[in-house]
Amino acid sequence: MIAPTTKNKLTFSTIEPGSGLEAALTCGNAESLKIINTSGLRGRGGAGFPTSLKWELAAKQPDEEKFVVCNADEGEPGTFKDRVILADFADMVFEGMTIAAMVIGAQRGIVYLRAEYTYLRRHLEDVLDQRRKQGLLGKNVGGKKGFDFDIQINMGSGAYVCGEETALIESLEGQRGEPRNRPPFPIDTGYLDHPTIVNNVETFAWAVCIMAKGAKWFKKFGTEKSTGHKLFSVSGDCRRPGVYEYPLGITIAELLDKVGGQDAKAVQVGGAAGQCIPRSQFNRAIAYEDVPTGGSIIVFGPHRDMLKIAANFLEFFIDESCGQCTPCREGAPKLLEGVEMLQRGQCSMAYLKELCSLGETMQLASKCGLGQTAPNTFLSIVEHFRDEILGRTPEKSK
Amino acid sequence: MLLTERERLRDELEKLVDSHGRQRSSLLFILQEVQRRHYYISEYSMQVIADLLDIHPVEVYSVVSFYSFLDETKQGQFVIRLCRTITCEMAGKDEIARQLENDLGIKFGETTPDGKFSLKWANCLGMCDQGPAMLVNEKVYTQVTPEMIHGILEDCRSKFGVHATALEMERQI
Repeated sequence: MIAPTTKNKLTFSTIEPGSGLEAALTCGNAESLKIINTSGLRGRGGAGFPTSLKWELAAKQPDEEKFVVCNADEGEPGTFKDRVILADFADMVFEGMTIAAMVIGAQRGIVYLRAEYTYLRRHLEDVLDQRRKQGLLGKNVGGKKGFDFDIQINMGSGAYVCGEETALIESLEGQRGEPRNRPPFPIDTGYLDHPTIVNNVETFAWAVCIMAKGAKWFKKFGTEKSTGHKLFSVSGDCRRPGVYEYPLGITIAELLDKVGGQDAKAVQVGGAAGQCIPRSQFNRAIAYEDVPTGGSIIVFGPHRDMLKIAANFLEFFIDESCGQCTPCREGAPKLLEGVEMLQRGQCSMAYLKELCSLGETMQLASKCGLGQTAPNTFLSIVEHFRDEILGRTPEKSK
Repeated sequence: MLLTERERLRDELEKLVDSHGRQRSSLLFILQEVQRRHYYISEYSMQVIADLLDIHPVEVYSVVSFYSFLDETKQGQFVIRLCRTITCEMAGKDEIARQLENDLGIKFGETTPDGKFSLKWANCLGMCDQGPAMLVNEKVYTQVTPEMIHGILEDCRSKFGVHATALEMERQI
């Protein structure tokens, strides 16, 4: 019932299955970690934490029991690249998890799959079974004595906030998916208080490519601080929505050109938690140091009402807030109220400024990424589209 | 609930809990399974599960109330979740919503009186390149048009009645 997703040529399809793990087994833990470190790979979920550092910190922990967790709770609005990776390249994801397990010394891997993707589960279980039969999971993985590792799939139950790594761990433990205070970080106190690394689906797949083709190859692409290629999920008002792989550092204008969205009025980079970039800034680069994204690119055509977009995102956050901390729980509804006032044309500049400072408070005072990013779109729309949102007459804002 | 029904349910839950192990980290697995079998997690079930895991029933309730795929009230055999997030909104989810309401005769958040269908909103289903998207239980439908709704519902309806047992078995897998 799902139409095929449009894709350009993905590097993942050119990698020989098993070649990454083989390289990792040959060169050993320290060298593998060094290769990942040299490549400059950063978390593909959007936050951009250096992957090798996370692995290194977990590897250093003396604990006997460690966990590798794959974050397949892809809930960010506008993101669907992990769905494509899991459907087409599940083997690579598991291979990446296996490499990570070897490096940090973990025995168990967990894929936290969002409930909405339950239909993928059967396929993933089949791939896991296949790997067990091939000796790539289980006892003495890949023929390496003493390297025991297996992967299980845990289902989410519909909560966006569980994409945050500590909330994800809470959920694995059978709790409400409420983010934890940090520190302690998962690398020493993660699942069941054991050292745990949580990486995005795409990060694991890239780790395999890097092991197979080398750090130098990976670094050839991208910018100095954002190395390598990245998958983008492009949706909205463009002619060819789909999953596209491009080097980081690509400008928004270039990307729009490729997907047929040249006439866009604004682009939402990074999903609901990201920023709304107006046309005047389309020369900005998509990279960790400029406009970061976990992959979500939503194109807004010239006829879109920016207030409707702001309202949609705020409704999303109100629904998905875990309610634990006040700025997020109380702030988002206030901002939505403000958007509705703007839609009715009843918002004074003074009150709008109040709302903006409330937004900034949320960014500063919320406990986790959800609350800290919830006001982003509101703030960027207020900043860049004043002419459009101020002084409306009620019939204009239907 | 009849006493015998309670006993039967208790037995079932006990088997289920034991199959996952009596530890807190089993809770979500257990609740997901109860939801799938019974279309909700009743207060009685929560109490039994809490008892078996040796935690307070409030702990179980707090988890059930947190996740949008776990319900405290009985849902229909087919739960329809229509994506309301931005790209599906731009792709015309409002028309789909209206048609669903018309064809089912219920509003969002409601269940049909025959207990067959529940209608809900969902946040981003990850099908943004092919909206509007919706889930019917685990099955994904994309590029849905108002015209398709009738066929999708008929598909579900064909599994009631004489075919219901076959469906039940399918759901148990």
